[in-house]
This record gives sequence, C-alpha cells and structure tokens, in this order.
Amino acid sequence: MDLSREWLNDYTTVTVSDKEFCDAMTMSGSKVEGVTRTGDGISKVVAGRVTAMERHPDSDHMFICQVDAGGERELTIVTGAQNVSVGDMVPVALDGSTLPGGVTIRTAPLRGVMSEGMLCSLAELGLDTHDYPYAIENGIFIMQEPCQPGDDIIKVLGLGDSVVEFEITNNRPDCLSVIGLAREAAATFGTELHLHEPAVKGSGDDIKNYLSIQIDEPELCPRYTARMVKNIKIEPSPAWLRRRLRASGIRPINNIVDITNYVMQEYGQPMHAFDYSCVGGSKIIVRRAAPGETLTTLDGNDRDLTPNMLVIADAEKPIGVAGVMGGGNSEIVDDTKTIVFESANFNGTSIRKTAIALGMRTDASGKFEKGLDPEGTVPAVQRACELVEMLGAGDVIDGMIDVVASPYIQKTVKLQPERVNALLGTDISRDFMVSVLEKLDFTVDGDIIRVPSWRSDIEHYSDIAEEVARFYGYDTVESTMMRGKTAQGGWNEKQTFENRLNALCQAMGFNEILTYSFGSKTAWDRIRLPAGSPLRQALIIQNPLGEDRSVMRTTPMPSMLEVMSTNASRRNPAVRLYERAKVFHPLADSPLADEQMWLVLGEYGDGAGFFQLKGCVEAILKDMRTEAVTFEADSTDPSFHPGRCAHILAGGEAIGVMGQVHPAVCDSYDLPHESLYAQLNVAAMRAHQGPERTFQALPRFPAVTRDLALVCRDDIPVAALVDTITAAGAPYLESVKLFDVYTGAPIPVGSKSVAFALTLRAADQTLTEEHTAETMNAILKALAEVHGASIR
Amino acid sequence: MEQKLRQLREESLKAIREAGVLDALEAVRVKYLGKKGELTAVLKQMGSLSAEERPKMGQMANAIREELASALEQAKKDLGEKALEARLAAERLDVTIPGDSVSIGRAHPLNRVISEFSEIAIGMGFTIAEGPEVELSSYNFDKLNTAEGHPARDRQDTFYFTDDDSVLLRTQTSPVQIHVMETQPLPIRIIAPGRVYRKDEVDATHSPMFHQIEGLVVDEGITFGDLKGTLNEFVHRLYGPQVRTRFRPHHFPFTEPSCEMDVECFKCHGAGCPVCKGEGWVELLGGGMVHPKVLEGCGIDTDRYSGFAFGFGSDRLAMFRFNISDLRLLFENDTRFLEQF
Repeated sequence: MDLSREWLNDYTTVTVSDKEFCDAMTMSGSKVEGVTRTGDGISKVVAGRVTAMERHPDSDHMFICQVDAGGERELTIVTGAQNVSVGDMVPVALDGSTLPGGVTIRTAPLRGVMSEGMLCSLAELGLDTHDYPYAIENGIFIMQEPCQPGDDIIKVLGLGDSVVEFEITNNRPDCLSVIGLAREAAATFGTELHLHEPAVKGSGDDIKNYLSIQIDEPELCPRYTARMVKNIKIEPSPAWLRRRLRASGIRPINNIVDITNYVMQEYGQPMHAFDYSCVGGSKIIVRRAAPGETLTTLDGNDRDLTPNMLVIADAEKPIGVAGVMGGGNSEIVDDTKTIVFESANFNGTSIRKTAIALGMRTDASGKFEKGLDPEGTVPAVQRACELVEMLGAGDVIDGMIDVVASPYIQKTVKLQPERVNALLGTDISRDFMVSVLEKLDFTVDGDIIRVPSWRSDIEHYSDIAEEVARFYGYDTVESTMMRGKTAQGGWNEKQTFENRLNALCQAMGFNEILTYSFGSKTAWDRIRLPAGSPLRQALIIQNPLGEDRSVMRTTPMPSMLEVMSTNASRRNPAVRLYERAKVFHPLADSPLADEQMWLVLGEYGDGAGFFQLKGCVEAILKDMRTEAVTFEADSTDPSFHPGRCAHILAGGEAIGVMGQVHPAVCDSYDLPHESLYAQLNVAAMRAHQGPERTFQALPRFPAVTRDLALVCRDDIPVAALVDTITAAGAPYLESVKLFDVYTGAPIPVGSKSVAFALTLRAADQTLTEEHTAETMNAILKALAEVHGASIR
Repeated sequence: MEQKLRQLREESLKAIREAGVLDALEAVRVKYLGKKGELTAVLKQMGSLSAEERPKMGQMANAIREELASALEQAKKDLGEKALEARLAAERLDVTIPGDSVSIGRAHPLNRVISEFSEIAIGMGFTIAEGPEVELSSYNFDKLNTAEGHPARDRQDTFYFTDDDSVLLRTQTSPVQIHVMETQPLPIRIIAPGRVYRKDEVDATHSPMFHQIEGLVVDEGITFGDLKGTLNEFVHRLYGPQVRTRFRPHHFPFTEPSCEMDVECFKCHGAGCPVCKGEGWVELLGGGMVHPKVLEGCGIDTDRYSGFAFGFGSDRLAMFRFNISDLRLLFENDTRFLEQF
C-alpha cells in the first residue's frame, strides 16, 4: 500500500518528518517498507517562456531558443524538438540541474552554439501522457499549468509529495486505504481524524427506472450497492487527482476509471463502472458462472469460467468476474453515455480462489480476498458520485440500489482490563485502554466494546490486548524473565545419540551435508533399484515444483551421490561427507509417513577404499556400543560393486549397508569409480545399543603372543577363520588380529595365506608353556577340521 | 716419590684437559688410574717407603687420586653435554614447515547455528521437541487457528499429498507446538528445530525446503513481558549483551498479541546500510502470546494458563551469522564451502 502524505493530510494533519512518521507508524503496527518523494531526482528545473526562436545555422532540425527562465538575462538554449513555439511555457533544466535517473545538465556547445541548459520532455521529467494528457509524448512538454518563468518545476507540477510504502498484514485490510491509515496515524500521533461525509446533489430521475439487481448467492455476495450516472463526458481527470493516483502507484486513465480507482485507494472499497448500454435486460444478477460460460476480461484475455466462480451478469451473460475484473463487453469507452457504479461486498475466499484459478490477481481481488468492511459499500459509491459532480463528469441519477443479502451484525467483546494486563504483564489503566479503543472508533459502553464493521479481526480479549499494547508501545512493556517452576532443560536420549554420531563423523574427517527431502523418481533408476523394490513405494507430492522435486525420498543414497557428483564436477579432488538424512516411507494404516533417520557416509579420492570406510563404520559402531555386529558379503545389491558390498548386521538384524558404488551407478552420477558409500539406520543402531561400559581390571599377568600364518582355500572369509580361532582358543585367547592376506606364488592357485597375531593370557597366573601349546594346538586342529587350513 | 707424584698429577690433569672426546678421556683414566696405571704403579711402591714417609705419601697419593677421579668425572660430564649439544644442533628442524595435515570434519553451518541456539535454550530450561515433516493439515493449519480458506493453505504455497488437501509437507514448525501441548504435561518449555517446506522456486533467498526453530512456553502467569525478556536473552547470548532489539506489532493467526522482533543491523549497528535497507534494523523473528483458541483447542485451561511462542528461519540466521550471501550455497554442499566453517 503506497500512501501519499499529502492525501493523508486531507484526513488528519501529521507534520512530522518522513523518518519520524515512518518510525512511529512501524512501531504502532503499520510496518513501513520505504519512503520516496515524487519528482525525486529533479533539481534546478524551472518554468521558462520561449521568447524568440531561430533555426540553427549548422543543423537542419535544431532551433536556437531565447528563454526567459526568471533570471537576470534570457538564456540561449538549443533544442532539437519540433513542437516549440515562441510564447510557450516549458520546463527548463538549468546549468547544473539534475533529472530522474541521475542525469546532470551542463552548459555545453551544440554544433558550435553554446546551450545554457535543456528544454525538457515529459519523459525527461519521469512523467508520461497519462499524467499530462494534453501534452505529446515525443516533444517538449508545453505546460498549461499556471506558473511564472523561474518557478520551480517541483512546485508547478505539484511534485515533492512523500509516498510511504506500507506492508499491511492480512488481518488489516482496512489499512489498505487512505482513511484506514489516517485512523492509525491519528491514533499514533494523537491528531484529530477528520472523516468526510460524501454529499451528492443528484440530478433528478430515479435509478429504479433503469436498473434492478438480484443476488443469487447471499453467502458469496452479502451486499451489492449501485448508483448510476448519465450524460457522461469521458475526459482526463484534473491534475491533482491524476497526481494522487500516480503517487499511489496507479496509472491515470480517464475521469470515470480514475474515480473508481481514487475511491478504492481512499476508502479501500474496490469499485467498478459498467457501461449501462451494455447491461442487457437492465438487470444485474450476481450468480455463479454456468458451466462452459466464457468472458473476455478488460485485459483482453478470454476466460473460461466455472460454477466455482462468482460473476456479475446481466439478463443473458456475464459482464464481469465478481471482485476480480470487469468484462470487455461492458467496458467504459469514449462514447459511453450512462454508467452503473458497482460497490459490492464479496466473500474473500471465493474471490481469492477465482483469482488464482484465472491466474489474475488484481488490486481489487487483493483487497476483497482479505475480507472487506460489509458496511463500506454505500460510503464508497457516494464518494464516487460526489467526485463525478465535483469533476463535472456527468449527471448523477437520484436514488441508490442497495441489496443486503446477508445482514451485517456488529460484534461485541467484553472489556477485561485485568485480563489484558495479566496477558501483557503490565499495569495499564482502564481509562487508557478505553481511550485507545475510542481513537480507533470502537465504542465502549460499560464493559461492552462494540467493534467497528471494518475490524473483522477483533473477536477476543487477546485482540483487545494487542490494540492496547500497540499504542501503549510494545517497547514500553517491561521485559521480564519467566517465573514459575525451574525447568530442567536438556537433550533427550535419542538426541544425545545423534549428537554423538555427529561428533564421531566429524572427528573422522567427514564434512556434514544437508540435502532436500524430495527428489525425482528417475533417481531410483540411477541407483539401479529393481523394478519391484519396496523403495519405489513413495509418497508423491501432488503439486510439486517440477518432477525433480516430486517424490519424498525413500533412500538417502541419491542425495549423497548427487552432492558427491556436484563436488566431482567442480574438480574437488577428494571428499568425505556425511549426512543425517530422513527418509519417508508410506504407511499402510496412516496417511502420514514412517520417517526414518539414516546416517549416510560417502567419499571418493585421497585413498578412499572399502576397508578405509569399513574402518570408519566399525569405529562408529564400536563407539556407539552397537552389539553383535557382523558384516556379510552381498553380491546382489544392484547399487554396489557385487564383490565389494557388505550388509551390516547387529544381532543378526540388518542395520545398514556399505560398499563401493557400482560403476554403472557412478557413471550415471559422473562419479569416479572408486566412490564409497555407507548407510546406517539410526533407530536400529539405538535398538542394538549395548549397556554402558564399566571398568575392567587391568591384566596383572603378562601376555604371550604368537603369530599364525595359515594357508587355506581362497574363498574362505577371514571372518570365518576368526570365528573358529576365537571358539577354539578359549579360555586363554585374548585377541586375534589379522595382519596379512596374500595370494600368489609360492601359494598354490586357489589358496591364500592369512596371517594373524594372537594374544593369549590368563587372568590368574602367568601362562605356562603347556597352556600356550595346548591352546595353539586346539586352534590349529579346529582350523584344519573346519576349514582345511594348515600352517604355512 | 713426592716429586714423582706431583709430576704425575700435573701430567694427568693436563691430559684430562686435553682429552677432546670420551674415548681419549677413558684412555687417560686407564693410563693413570687403571690397574696397570701410572698412579697405581706409584702406589704399589708404597711398601718401600719408610714408616714415617708412608702415611704422608699415602695421603698425598689418595688426594691426587681423588682429584684425578673427580676431574675425570667432570670432564666426562662436560664432554657428554657437548656431545648432546652437538647432536641437538644437528637435529634442528625448520619449525616453520607446516605440520602434517589432520582433517577434522565440519558441522554444516546451518546445523551449527541450530546447535548453538539449542544449547542456549537448554541453558534456559528448554527441551528439544520434534515432530513429523509429513503432517496433517489439521495440525499445520486448523489447530493453529488457520481455517479453511486461509491463503497459506493454497496449493500454490503448500505441498499436498492428497486430493482433499488433508496431508501435506509442514509449512512451519508450529504444528510441533500442537503435538507437544496435546501430549506433554504442563508446564511446557520447548524449542523445535526442523525442516519446513513451501512452494517457493529456488533463488538467492528462497528454497522450497528450509529450516525453522520454534519455541513454546506454557505455564501459569506467562506474559508478553516474559516473551520479550526471553527473546532478548536469546539475542544477547547469541550476539552479545550490547545488541539492541525492538518489538513491533505484527500478525500471525496463532498468536495474539503478535510481534516481530528486529535486532540492530549486524553490519552497520543501527546507522543504516544496504543490508538493513537503511533501516538500521534487521527482522529476526516472529512471536506472540499463544492464541487462546489454540490453547483451548489443545484442552488447556486459559483461565489458568497462558503461553508464548516464537519462530524464525534458521537458514537466515546462519546466513547472517557467517555472512553467506546466497541461500543456495547451503544446499549445494561444495566441500570448499563446507570446510570454511
């Protein structure tokens, strides 16, 4: 909402500086976004009269003018314009003057003749022919405004008004008007609010001789008010009116259209004018559009209407989309003779939905959709007729048609000063509260507050508290700390678990990433998910921002690979990344999602390999006390290298997967083939978390170490050998550590050499040679029996 | 004999002084004090002396031996120190060569800001609440006093999963307030950080997915003054006690009275600059007293309890905190970006 301060002063006189005005209005609840001045950038431009002209001797189109610009002597100014004559009053940009857009004019030679300034066109002053319809577009602005040579152009053209841009919240559509903001300003600055009762003389006759109005949808159109004007003379509006519209960001068109816009800006009530000759059957019907109906709107577009849309129709056809835009078939044109002014109240939601469906949000629909004053239709139409008479634009026909389909009932709220104070933490007097309410045109009878019709947002004592607090000053309310019971803050167990995961990943050099929760179905193909995979069952957004953001992710893998891909494409040589990524699975018995958190690791470059990543995964699982962890080879997961992928299990239950990304998947993401990926389900890790660690006594007796080099079949997993050794080595075997795996000569083809370092120890004595030998023999025997392994 | 002893003393002490290395020193020791050493040899001749002379010479010889031994010891020590010095000198490193690099991973700047804020909240007695991102419209809107027909519910602003618009991606963290009020005993003091979704095309300041932190307090006697006091405390702990704030009236459907809080511009400290569009203030968050309709909808007795709530975009906060100019950087995850924090 752009407010002209000059216009505001019609209603309440506020003389403070722009800065003070903006600050105070912001702090009382009408947030100011910025302030500009009309004619900004224009300086040292004055009115001047052309006293003599001659052709430029060295140019076929230029003139040398003598101009009286109010100075001691006349100025010589060269112009290329063809529309100037001796005696014309024109804007003169003097030496050193500035024009909008940062142009500076200096005395300078033009084809050898010194020009002491410039004669200006409308465009050079930042104006156009809508502002001054008598002027021409391509030529010097020949002014018809009353002025003397030397007068500042800012004054002559009535510029220099401050225009304040407000951000009005949705609950205050009443402030989308000069009067609404004047009421707020008067309450803010303690000034008088001068409301104006429009007076219409009329010209006899009776509107009932011309028109009838019928509302078929009382819910969608609670009220429809109309007046008519005949003997219309379409012409430009006077300068002051055009100026105010222009300051408000509205382009002047002609007197009738300008009046409707002026009233909308002043009263906040959108108006429309129909050409009466186009209202078939002398009847206006407010109804839903019939299926298949169409209308060409004022902007020239053909609109397909549906029964969800409210239209203004004559006896046969729609002539306007209610509250959004009029129809081209009833538009005001230059030879319009008789018009109908519409001033109606429509259901905001219906207007909004219609405007969205038709893809045209207009000033009018923007106001209606917030819910306008149901009592605002009559004053607005009266104001419009008053302006018609003031401008001599036509003869207002006596009488008004005012159809009230759903009567307005005034709301009341109880005044509860103690409750307001309790909510605010203040000690504000009842008198102050009443005075604030009265300034805002509420009436207070005893404990009953009567809410004005334009304040549909007020319905509760908490709303009254806000009104009071706004003018008491939010900044005046004392800041206090909560009393009451001391609360114990903290992370819960799950959050502590996740925080620890975070710390671990960072300690191991992984950088945290953050990715979108939604993606594309094509990602499933890129990671080679099989056609029947349950991960292809996803929640689908019905109105996505494009296909690539339409599916709630069921696997965190594509997001990680995409980020790795972005980094690879930017030639980052190595990355180590992790994410705490939520995925979303549809639920059978609920419309909501099963939201699961995964810890995801991804890396490439800088020696990234399966065992490096596995070491990280193992370290995480160990630190998080995940119990009974095993890794099982999986050659079937299509996203991974078939020989380099492991399922991660805890207590036999799958809790994650890791491996080298399948080369085909790498190719689809333009990733290096040595890209590693792991994911761990956080809830599953928590479910398999072992007890808190307790102190174990440090060993008192020395350990015996033995290295064991075996030869066995190549396909026997090391984990199986370790299991056998561990089982056979009890009770003295303390640990088994792999230190070498070797294939190649002299080991026969199909076999491998595996070397372990064993540590043996007894808790209660120094191990004897016999104990050690017994244990080693038992281990070797078991290895031979179970795996056919022998000492190398 | 006496003269012989004196001569030996002079000789040996000189030899000790001149022995430059440990081996030479050992040779000196053997030469004079060894079993076959010269001093030992002299001592062996003691028997041939007269009874008178014997104690005198014995005393003298012992004194010389001790003197020699101690001189040897001292010389050994000196040589050892010298040798150590020489070794250390040879081992000198150019300490200006950079250390072996240790890579420590970084928290994402956004999550860092969320953690920082959470820690402050915890210190003030808040716990951290969570809620679903795929949410019912009733929680995201209706129970937050945002009835059917409110513009925020439009399909052009909100992502929906069902034809009847009953399931959506939450557009705010505020539904967590409802979950907490419906399930937790009073009093309540929570913050709820989380992801939210709105149908905004990606640009430097917009993203269809972003993050908010919600706060909710419900207790007996909670006032608007408490809201101000609590938020000021947050700001002072985040940005320092000198940072000024201001509270402006605003509108949210689920709070009344509602406010927005501005903080003094981080860049110009109130003087006015492009960051704050010349205002000197930067909008930080919205809040207000929980609307009595919302409390009552959750079965809370508004005659006894009142509450305040607040919420803000943590992405914006992170951008301010780290001077990040473009929101898209947060979601690109370029490691050269991530490693800056």
